[in-house]
Amino acid sequence: MTKKLQSITSKLPPVLALAVLIAVWAAVCGFGSIPSYMLPSPGSVLKAFVADFPLLMEHAGATLTEAFAGLGIGILLAFITASLMDRFSPLYRALYPLLVVSQTIPTIAIAPLLISWMGFGMAPKITLVVLTTFFPITVGLLDGYKSVDPDAVSLYRSMGAKNGLIFARIKLPSSMSYFFSGLKISASYAIVGAVIAEWLGGFEGLGVYMTRVKKAYSFDKMFAVILLIVIISLLLMGLVALIKRAAMPWERKGAKES
Amino acid sequence: MARDLPMNTCNKPVVLSCEKISKSFDGKTILKDVNIRLCRGELVCLLGQSGVGKTTLFHILAGLYQPEEGRVLLNGADVTGKPGKISYMLQKDLLLPYMTVLDNTAMPLIIRGEKKKDARAIASSHFADFGLEGCQKQYPNQLSGGMRQRAALLRTYLSSRGVALLDEPFSALDTLTKSAMHRWYLEVMERIELSTLFITHDMDEAIVLSDRIYIIGGRPGTVTAELSIEEPKPRPADFMLSEAFLHYKRRLVALL
Repeated sequence: MTKKLQSITSKLPPVLALAVLIAVWAAVCGFGSIPSYMLPSPGSVLKAFVADFPLLMEHAGATLTEAFAGLGIGILLAFITASLMDRFSPLYRALYPLLVVSQTIPTIAIAPLLISWMGFGMAPKITLVVLTTFFPITVGLLDGYKSVDPDAVSLYRSMGAKNGLIFARIKLPSSMSYFFSGLKISASYAIVGAVIAEWLGGFEGLGVYMTRVKKAYSFDKMFAVILLIVIISLLLMGLVALIKRAAMPWERKGAKES
Repeated sequence: MARDLPMNTCNKPVVLSCEKISKSFDGKTILKDVNIRLCRGELVCLLGQSGVGKTTLFHILAGLYQPEEGRVLLNGADVTGKPGKISYMLQKDLLLPYMTVLDNTAMPLIIRGEKKKDARAIASSHFADFGLEGCQKQYPNQLSGGMRQRAALLRTYLSSRGVALLDEPFSALDTLTKSAMHRWYLEVMERIELSTLFITHDMDEAIVLSDRIYIIGGRPGTVTAELSIEEPKPRPADFMLSEAFLHYKRRLVALL
């Protein structure tokens, strides 16, 4: 009961801050100092959100398809890469610096290239999502594999465990919390990555819709899309947290004082 | 020299022995001509300073390292360099946090190829003996330090069939828990006919627990002396305060 109360009170400050922000925004719009086509009021954004909802959902469907496909492929590739890099240390030494350096390449710079190579369909969008989600998960998994106590590996070897079993029963489960930290970041990257790729050309998706409403100077609709992207990203992160809870039941049980 | 030591005098069958073990790393000899015997039901301590090669010796006994010379015999069979026959236990319990205590203790059986269900049943049948009854479904982080060490010990017991190699298993526990664990360990050992090789650098612990003590020393490390603690077991609770205890401690100090 007190715990529930605590969790409510801890969420109170950010909610209040948000409310103040929205109030200031509404007040600025209300005074009329900024023309409403430049900065739509919170009310008109909400109105646009509701009015456009069916259309938004249609585009969101395309964006989510790209994001999920990209994230899925990204996870798969990350597992393969990280596991191979962990198994073969020359590979680790060769690839790790490249992986880190690859993260300095701005997503927005490679998106046009991908589109010129792959056209205006879903392929370049999915590829971009793969590129952005792959890294956090790979690094998370690598750190997870490295976090395993070498003494634990020796111990299980002394019991006769072979590499496969040590990987499946020790390395993989030990790295789950690292994996989920990477996945949480990747889930929000996935949406943003898909939207960025859509900006630069395509037929459907929230990014395509955004460029359309921007060209029409319908900034209220623009804000509505941004609102939807935030909501989707939050939902995805929540989903990851739920999956993590289900996948790691031992984390829920409270640690006892020893 | 070690080679001239009297052969051990226990009249029970030898369960574990190593003969003339030598091991070096990067050209530096760590262990030289180590001979050790462990008889059934015995508790034998390896006493020596840190860095003398005690843990290396355990890795050799467990089959993780191949010695340059010498061999390891388990119940008469040569197990040199063959892991999977004898396991050991460290100061760290190394229980896997994502498995229940039951699954943790059943791991050695699963590794050996038992079906999960059978492995659990076998492991569970020992929980009472190890003072773990009722903890089967708990996760390691729900147990106290002493309980976790018991679970680790059960895991060692199930992986080694009657022989336990313990590498400073109780050194992380506080003094009171430690002496409780000593009493409990001796009692459980007796009941399940466990033979134990025990690494420690704590003289008091060695005298209280041991039937015999090997002193490991020198560079490269070897057995420099052997001392039998003739005191019958179970030993009285105030053994540590007795004249006999002091007598052994004086001899140990002289030998070290």
